[in-house]
Amino acid sequence: MAEAPLLAVESLSVAMGVTPVLEDVSFRIAPGETLGLVGESGCGKSVTALSIMRLLPNPPGRIIGGRILFDGTDMLSLDIGALRAIRGDRIGMIFQEPMTSLNPVYTIGDQIGESLIFHRGMNGRTARSETAKLLDLVGIPAARNQLDRYPHELSGGQRQRVMIAIALACRPRLLIADEPTTALDVTVQAQILDLIGRLRHELGMAVLLITHDLGVVAEFCDRVAVMYAGRIVEEAPAAQLFKQPRHRYTEALLHTMPAANPPGRKLPSISGTVPAPADRGEGCIFAPRCGFAIPRCANELPPLTEPPHRLRCWNPA
Amino acid sequence: MTMPWFIRRILGIVPTLFLTWSIVFGVLQLIPGDPVMLALGGTPASDEVLDNERRRLGLDQPVYIQYLTFLKKMAVGDLGNGYSSKQPVSEMIAARMRPSLELALGGLLVGIVLGVALGIAAGLRPHGWIDTAMMSSALVGVSLPSFWIGMLLIYVFGLQLEWVPILGDGIDALILPSITIGLFLAGGLARLIRSALIETMTQDYIRTAHSKGLSAVRVVAKHAMRNAIIPPITLLGLQFAVLIGGAVVTERVFARAGLGSMLIDAVLTKDIPLVQGLVVYTTTAYIVINLLLELLYGIVDPRIRSRRA
Ligand SMILES: Nc1ncnc2c1ncn2[C@@H]1O[C@H](COP(=O)(O)OP(=O)(O)O)[C@@H](O)[C@H]1O
Ligand SMILES: [Mg+2]
Repeated sequence: MAEAPLLAVESLSVAMGVTPVLEDVSFRIAPGETLGLVGESGCGKSVTALSIMRLLPNPPGRIIGGRILFDGTDMLSLDIGALRAIRGDRIGMIFQEPMTSLNPVYTIGDQIGESLIFHRGMNGRTARSETAKLLDLVGIPAARNQLDRYPHELSGGQRQRVMIAIALACRPRLLIADEPTTALDVTVQAQILDLIGRLRHELGMAVLLITHDLGVVAEFCDRVAVMYAGRIVEEAPAAQLFKQPRHRYTEALLHTMPAANPPGRKLPSISGTVPAPADRGEGCIFAPRCGFAIPRCANELPPLTEPPHRLRCWNPA
Repeated sequence: MTMPWFIRRILGIVPTLFLTWSIVFGVLQLIPGDPVMLALGGTPASDEVLDNERRRLGLDQPVYIQYLTFLKKMAVGDLGNGYSSKQPVSEMIAARMRPSLELALGGLLVGIVLGVALGIAAGLRPHGWIDTAMMSSALVGVSLPSFWIGMLLIYVFGLQLEWVPILGDGIDALILPSITIGLFLAGGLARLIRSALIETMTQDYIRTAHSKGLSAVRVVAKHAMRNAIIPPITLLGLQFAVLIGGAVVTERVFARAGLGSMLIDAVLTKDIPLVQGLVVYTTTAYIVINLLLELLYGIVDPRIRSRRA
């Protein structure tokens, strides 16, 4: 990556109360690039996303180390005013729960227009016509009539489109999408992903796409970082990672993809579960579930190697 | 049906009113003793006088006719004449309404200002020092009897400091009784706002609001409060409904000639039409305020509007 990164997360560590949930997480996103962040549920993907925006619920969440550089500024040292100027303007965010992420007592027009009024200083009327254009952009037809509708009158897919309109209202340079399709029907999932894919090109923005679905990553991302139990274990260009996964956890994840299995059969899953943050031992955290563990794995944490193919494993494929 | 939601709600109170008035009528039938004897104030009278009186009051009619007549009178606001004053009950109530209404509004104002401020301060920092101080004093505020608070206020601010008059009809005589009522209201209100706000602040849409870069004040005032406000509105509305029927104790302590003191006098003198009139007035006020609350919920929360549609 020769270009100066738009976002650089460096050695980020986060604790929930006294329990560390993220340890030494680092990755970079170049302008216009899409990075996929994958891993099973509970790996720390959402905590990573919320940390970037400094939206971790506190208590119990605390950032205990590292830096988050967005366009050269350290997000962690910004005062609240400067941080708010970035939130919703230069970084937009969409969440996993479209059903609950919109405020039930305000119209969608109001909720989308709010960012425009705050960040762009628009008056109500200009914001309203801009909001109608945004709704067109995210594929909610007959936008004018939709502005005065309330979230409960919309389907999950439509609500996620509204969330996207909110996140993109100010044309951010970075979109953080935390499992944007997980809560939606399969057909709607594809539509929402297409939408994000299209807008990414139209607006030239970078995307951090969080998902536990490797299928999504394969067709969507430039690079992929795989997370396991609060650490990045492998990171590589998407094509390379799919062709030649090296970490045993990545390999196992790929085996669970629908595309890797004969249709109609039940998908295999990785045996065991992600250990709770409190139950993480000295060595590689995946070792207890790993079929290729060697003695060293249990008591010594493997270091993360350098780009372009970063890896944290003693006995890679 | 294409009727707007609020019209449906308004029509919805008709059966409630009908039922309430029927209960009032029914209870009246159960009161022991001859109403005519009571009406004459216990003075001995000949059978002929009693019969005349009975006919005049319509008590010689069968019960169902009396019932229908009663309902008809209620519907047009005719509450009959009081035994002791011989004046129309509706006029007597109207004459005493102002002191009670003023006190209710004054108390509500103090209660809202104090309760909202404390509730928000405590709810935003649960277990912080404001919260801890508030929760313990709110408990005191609610549990101390209002006559005691009232007398304390009279003693300190009226008699010792002489800051405010303790009697009279003026606006300054309203200060101490309003505080007495307001302190009581604020205690419950603050606790309710606190818990509703704590619950609301953990919602996903609050996170969304922060992700847009909105200020903390705007997030709380716009996005959280409108969602947290319905339980407090309910509490205040129902307490207001009770208050406009007269704050019995506070009116007595501050010698205010409102409906509360009127009710006590009416009960003591066994003035049945007056008691009955006050009961009808307070229950009807309660029902109407409930209706207003429902309409208010619909304005605050669009989901309530469409649930009715
Ligand atoms: N608000 C919270 N309080 C306590 N623990 C939390 C909270 N949010 C997340 N965690 C913990 O942090 C870890 C990472 O969670 P998360 O980032 O949500 O995982 P995911 O990869 O599924 O998004 C999990 O062990 C989870 O239990
Ligand atoms: Mg998550």
